[in-house]
Amino acid sequence: MPAQAPLSLSARWTERPGVKFLGNLSLRLISPLLLLLLWELASRSGLLPARIIAAPSTIGDTLWQMLGSGELGGHLWVSLKRALSGLAIGVSLGTLLALLAGLSRRGEIAIDSPMQMLRTLPFLAIVPLFILWFGVGETPKIALIALGTTFPIYLTLFSGIRSLDPKLLEAATLLGLRRWELIVHVILPGALPAFFVGLRYAFGISWLGLVVVEQINASAGIGYLVNDARDFMRTDVIVICLLVYSVLGLGIDGLVRGLERCALAWRPTFIRN
Amino acid sequence: MTVSLPQPRPVRAAVECRGVTRRFAGQAVLDGLDLDIAPGEFVALLGSSGSGKTTLLRALAGLEPIDEGRLQVPAAMAAVFQEPRLMPWKRVWRNVALGVRGAGVRERAEAALGEVGLAHRLGAWPGTLSGGEAQRVALARALVREPQLLLLDEPFAALDALTRIRMHQLIIRLWRAHTPAVLLVTHDVDEALLLADRVLVLANGQIAEQLPIRLPRPRQAATPGFQPLRARLLHLLGVETEAEPAVDLSHPLSRTASR
Repeated sequence: MPAQAPLSLSARWTERPGVKFLGNLSLRLISPLLLLLLWELASRSGLLPARIIAAPSTIGDTLWQMLGSGELGGHLWVSLKRALSGLAIGVSLGTLLALLAGLSRRGEIAIDSPMQMLRTLPFLAIVPLFILWFGVGETPKIALIALGTTFPIYLTLFSGIRSLDPKLLEAATLLGLRRWELIVHVILPGALPAFFVGLRYAFGISWLGLVVVEQINASAGIGYLVNDARDFMRTDVIVICLLVYSVLGLGIDGLVRGLERCALAWRPTFIRN
Repeated sequence: MTVSLPQPRPVRAAVECRGVTRRFAGQAVLDGLDLDIAPGEFVALLGSSGSGKTTLLRALAGLEPIDEGRLQVPAAMAAVFQEPRLMPWKRVWRNVALGVRGAGVRERAEAALGEVGLAHRLGAWPGTLSGGEAQRVALARALVREPQLLLLDEPFAALDALTRIRMHQLIIRLWRAHTPAVLLVTHDVDEALLLADRVLVLANGQIAEQLPIRLPRPRQAATPGFQPLRARLLHLLGVETEAEPAVDLSHPLSRTASR
């Protein structure tokens, strides 16, 4: 039957993984694009006034302008610096505490119970205290992000160290490893997957912290931009800032995934890929 | 006139246990156990489950404290367990090289892996190895240290039957090449008879019985003298094999049962 030949050919063509993926993607894009179109129509017809939310086209124009003038880039850089400084401190501190508590009984006694008590505190509730202690400059902002990110790193790394397979430790001891070799070759690599789980949490929390701390008397940063836009009822700028938050969140998640792929290449899930 | 002849130096035993006792919650698992293993001797330790085989091996490895008695083991000692216990985050050759000191660590690890037939998997992740391959890496990791005592805790128990036969051949070859004293803990009577110079039966926390196995190598179940020893050991372990003459061989069912 010659009529069927092109049909089966095209079927085979759409079954190729790359094509299938693109086909799925375009299918999945239909509904968001339609919504965007409806939104635009509603704005143009006056159904959705700009003080509720700006039209997609306006948002696009503003985004283009803010990118062109470097305004968005500048504020983004300030926010990123805050988040990364806080993260650097928080991750270092959490790692240090987890190592001290995880690797020695005395360290555990000294560190673990206070940490377990403090972790139940919602870290954002500390803001008033931090303002009293550190004023309203950069310090309380970075300190709050550092505080928030210390706990996920501490908790995951500590449990990662403690839940290491005792059989592996036994085998390593029999191989005649010295204490520091045991830590470097066995305990730390074994706890690394848990550390990455903590790192991902920490990134998420740093972002969340950023949204909150930038409401405190900031004169730059994405959070400042949002506050400023609120005062001038610039819904387009607010939407752009929200977009930036979500794009950065995605980007950072991708970054951590990439790091994991390198550092945990030995894991069976990664080997198979 | 008395001539003082030079005394032959006594060969120091590789393992010397005297009155070794280990209690768990007041219950003696090892109860005044005495054991000597000569250098280069291959000893298999049998016992029903819970008889303290593994406790004894762990005590020799220094992983288990003893409550009484004295035990002496060489400093160069290595162990292979039922699970390969490889570090999944280290490539195969690095696993073998772990804790090896001195020059040419990589070359020595490669040579050891070559000996177990894994020269082509040097850079593989342990997660990609089959059970038999992983256990061979564990053997290479033990042998690269040139141990005077090799402790084997049911190392072949988790392998399929064909792999196990190959591992038996491999372990004998390696034992001949490196001549460590070997203590093999197993619950498999056939395995003990195929491999060991001497089979010990552990019961009530002591060596209840020991049988020297003087069968020629390589051994098979059909090697003359193998089956009587097997029946004897099984009897000591509380398993009665049906005595051949008592069975009516003309009956087809009894023939299969007696096998």
